[in-house]
Amino acid sequence: MEDIFKKRKDKLRTLKDMLAKSDNYSEEPASKVPDSGVFVKCPTCGAEYTKTEFSRSCYVCTNCGYHQPISAYYRLSLILDSGSFRELNGGVEPNDPLNFPGYIQKVENISEKTALNECVVTALGRIGGIQAVVGVMDSRFLMGSLGTATGEKITQAVEYADKHKLPLIMFCASGGARMQEGIFSLMQMAKTSAAVARFSANGGLYISCLTHPTTGGVSASFATLGDITLAEPNALIGFAGPRVIEQTIGQKLPAGFQRSEYLEEHGFVDHIVPRSEMRDTLALLLKMHVKGGAQNA
Amino acid sequence: MLKDLEAKLEAMEKEIAELEKNGEDSINAMRITQIKRDMQELLGMCGNLSASDKVYLSRHPKRPNIDEIINALFEDFFEIKGDHLCKEDASILGGIAFFHGTPVTVIGHKKGRSLEENMQCNFGMTSPEGYRKSLRLMKQAEKFGRPIITFINTPGAYPGIEAEAHGQSEAIARNIAEMSTLKVPVVAVITGEGSSGGALALGVADSVLMLENAVYSILSPEGFAAILWKDSSRSNEACDIMKITAQDLLEFGIIDGIIPEPLGGAQRDPQAVFDEIDKAIVNALAQFKGMSGQELAVHKYDKFRTIGEAYYSHAAD
Repeated sequence: MEDIFKKRKDKLRTLKDMLAKSDNYSEEPASKVPDSGVFVKCPTCGAEYTKTEFSRSCYVCTNCGYHQPISAYYRLSLILDSGSFRELNGGVEPNDPLNFPGYIQKVENISEKTALNECVVTALGRIGGIQAVVGVMDSRFLMGSLGTATGEKITQAVEYADKHKLPLIMFCASGGARMQEGIFSLMQMAKTSAAVARFSANGGLYISCLTHPTTGGVSASFATLGDITLAEPNALIGFAGPRVIEQTIGQKLPAGFQRSEYLEEHGFVDHIVPRSEMRDTLALLLKMHVKGGAQNA
Repeated sequence: MLKDLEAKLEAMEKEIAELEKNGEDSINAMRITQIKRDMQELLGMCGNLSASDKVYLSRHPKRPNIDEIINALFEDFFEIKGDHLCKEDASILGGIAFFHGTPVTVIGHKKGRSLEENMQCNFGMTSPEGYRKSLRLMKQAEKFGRPIITFINTPGAYPGIEAEAHGQSEAIARNIAEMSTLKVPVVAVITGEGSSGGALALGVADSVLMLENAVYSILSPEGFAAILWKDSSRSNEACDIMKITAQDLLEFGIIDGIIPEPLGGAQRDPQAVFDEIDKAIVNALAQFKGMSGQELAVHKYDKFRTIGEAYYSHAAD
C-alpha cells in the first residue's frame, strides 16, 4: 500500500507544482454542464454559451443565475490577490482507518482525475491586500465528504489562523460524512468544531461561505459556526438530504426548500452573495475586521 | 440469529413459569432445573455476538431506557424543559439531580416505551429545539460547576421539514463546538444506538463510555447501505464493515471504556447494568477530580484533536 501512496504522491506533486506556478490556475470547473464541444448549455434554463463565454462569467449563467460548482483551485484564483497564493498542508492525504474495501483504489482514481489529494485545499493568501487563511472544498473529490484528512487539513488551517492571528475563510461544499471512514468521519465534526470554537474564543474572525451543496456532517460542524455566514445563490444547504426527508415524512418538499434563499429567510444565512461579488464582499468584510484577527495585514 | 435464540429463551421462561404454577413436586422441579441448564447453555452462545446482533440488542424494545437509568442512578431528579426560544422537545430529557450526593446535570435521549410515548419523543430523533435545550442545560451546569452526564440513544437527528427550517445543522454544530469548551467534567454514556451527528451532539465528552452491546456510528447501518450501495437491505453487511461495536471503537480510541452487560443483553438484568453504569461513571468522574476548568477544556480539545490519523505524503509545507 505504501507503494500506491508513493506513486500517487509523486504524480500529484508534479501536477500541483504546475498549478501553483501558473497564475490563473486555469482548470475545468467542478461539475458537468452538458458539453457538446464548443458550446455548453445551462442545466437550469437551457441557455447556450460558448465555453469561453461561460468561463468569462465564472461559470454562472447570465440568463438565470445558475452557479455551477467550481473547483477549489479555480475558486482560489477568483478570490485571492494575484500571486499571493501559498498552499498549506498540501501533503495531508486520506488514510484508510477501517480497511474499507476498494477505498484506497477509489481515492487513487479520483486523485488522478482531479489532481487533488483531498476534498479541501487550504491556503494562505491575500484578499484586497489583507492576509487570510482560506479553505476551499471541492465536491469533485468524493462529494466533498468529510474524511479524516479533510478534518485534519481544516483543523490545521484553523489552528494556523489562530496562531498567526489571521482571519479565516472557508468555502464549504460537501455531501456530508465520508462513509468509507465511518466513525472517524463523525469525529472530524468534533475536531473541526472544537478548533473553530477555540479560534473564536481567541477573537479570530471566521467567515463561512456555503456553496452548493453543503449538507450532513459539514453543515452540522464548521460550516455553520461562522461569525458571518455567506451563501452562493440557490445552494442546497441542510443537515438531512432532501430524499431522506421525503422518505421519512412521506410528502413532497416545498419548492426552494433547503436552498440559500430559504435559509436566509429562516435566519441562518447572513447574506447571499453571487460569485461575481464574492471577492469584493470578502475584501470589505476583512477590512471591517482588521483589528479583529487581521493584525498582520 | 440472536433473535431466534431470544425466542427460544422466551419459550423456556414461559415453560418454567407454567411448571412453577403447577406446584412443587419433584418431577416438576427436575424439569425446571433441566430447562434452566439449557437456558444457561443458550445464553453461553450470546458471548460472541455479531455486529448485527448488537444492533438488534441496542434497539431492543425492553432495553433499559433513560427514565429507568435516571431512576436507578440519581436522586431527586428535577426535570428542566424547553429551549427558552420556542419549544420543548421531549426526545431529550434533561435536568439536575444528585449523583452520590453531588449535584450533576443529566441529559439523555428519550425514545419512549409505549407507542404513545414513542410519538411524543419522536422515537428519540431530536429536533434543533432539543439540542438547544441540552446546550442551555450544559451552559447552566458550567455556570454552577456541575459535572454533566449524558446518555446517548438515538437513531439520529430528525430529518423533517421543520427541523431543517429551524436550523438542524446549526443546532448540532453549536452543541458540538460548545461542548468542546466546557469547563466542567463531561461523561457520555452510549446506552443504545448512537447514530450520526445526533449522537455526537451529546457526545463531546471528557470520557466516552459505551455499554457492551451498544453501537456508535456515522449513521444507521440501513442508511449506510442505502447511501453506499443504494440498497438498505444490505444492512447486515454494513454492520460488519462499519466497525460500530464497543470493542472496535475502544480499539480505535474513539471511546474510553466498555460497560459490561449480562449475557443476552442489558434487558435480561437491568439492575446489574445500572450497577455497572454507576460504577463506571464514578470511576470516570474520579479521573477528572481536581482538574481546573481550563484544564478540562484543554482535555476535551486534545482528546478529539488526536482521534484518527491522516496520511502525510510529504512534510508540512
